[in-house]
Amino acid sequence: MALKTEAVGKEWPSTTYQVGREKIKEYANALGIDNPVHHDVEAARAAGFRDVVAPPMFAVVYSSPALGPAILDPEVEMNFAAMVHGGQEFAWDEPACSGDEITTSTKCLSIEERDGKGFYVFETNSVNQDGAQVARGTWTLIVRGV
Amino acid sequence: MALNAGDQIPELKVTPDKYLPHRYAGASGDFNPIHIDDELAKAVGLPRNILHGLYSMGLVAKANAAVADGDPRALKRLSVQMRGMGVPEAEIVVTGTVKSADGDRVVVDTVAQQGETTLIKNAEAELQL
Repeated sequence: MALKTEAVGKEWPSTTYQVGREKIKEYANALGIDNPVHHDVEAARAAGFRDVVAPPMFAVVYSSPALGPAILDPEVEMNFAAMVHGGQEFAWDEPACSGDEITTSTKCLSIEERDGKGFYVFETNSVNQDGAQVARGTWTLIVRGV
Repeated sequence: MALNAGDQIPELKVTPDKYLPHRYAGASGDFNPIHIDDELAKAVGLPRNILHGLYSMGLVAKANAAVADGDPRALKRLSVQMRGMGVPEAEIVVTGTVKSADGDRVVVDTVAQQGETTLIKNAEAELQL
């Protein structure tokens, strides 16, 4: 069965995520990251941040809500039951701090079949309330048996 | 820390406890049942409930940030391939080797291993130190 590739190049409406201190702390605790800049506002300010700062991989928290509509899109027609997360890249610019409002847009970069598997590649681009680039993510989702 | 090609970054060893996938699910918002429901995971052919791939990637990010004393500004880019499935209650070891160092710009090749299973390989981290 040929993969549907009509969605390549498609973009979806952006989502906005408000970063909060307790959510950053919860994420840092799950990963066992104890640097006080992720837990304490005074420590974060002393280190030059506006407020409590998120660890880089907190990018999944603010950017993944924007991916939902893309992977659920009937035009993409992805078989979730056979899907695995095969690869991920993030590139970071401005740090994400508590109080930030981060807007993320999603685009489908490619849909290709290789070795009987479907490779779906999406890009998320996240900017903060000042329009500064925060993170760009490349998500490779692999569907077996297409 | 001055780094040169071939140097090892400090090794990170973590044993996620039984409830770690639940805490990571809450922290990340990813409640896919294969991570938090042992019975369902077994019913779909997995050995047990499995770790989130992005949790393992988070450990790779943590190991690289440690090179800069945990400064979250140091990590500029991280690209990984997720391979084997990780499980709770077994030790994960993250190791890294400096691939290139150009002034304060360092590229580290990182691997996350759990026993015989490679969780993450070809992880390339770009650090600004």
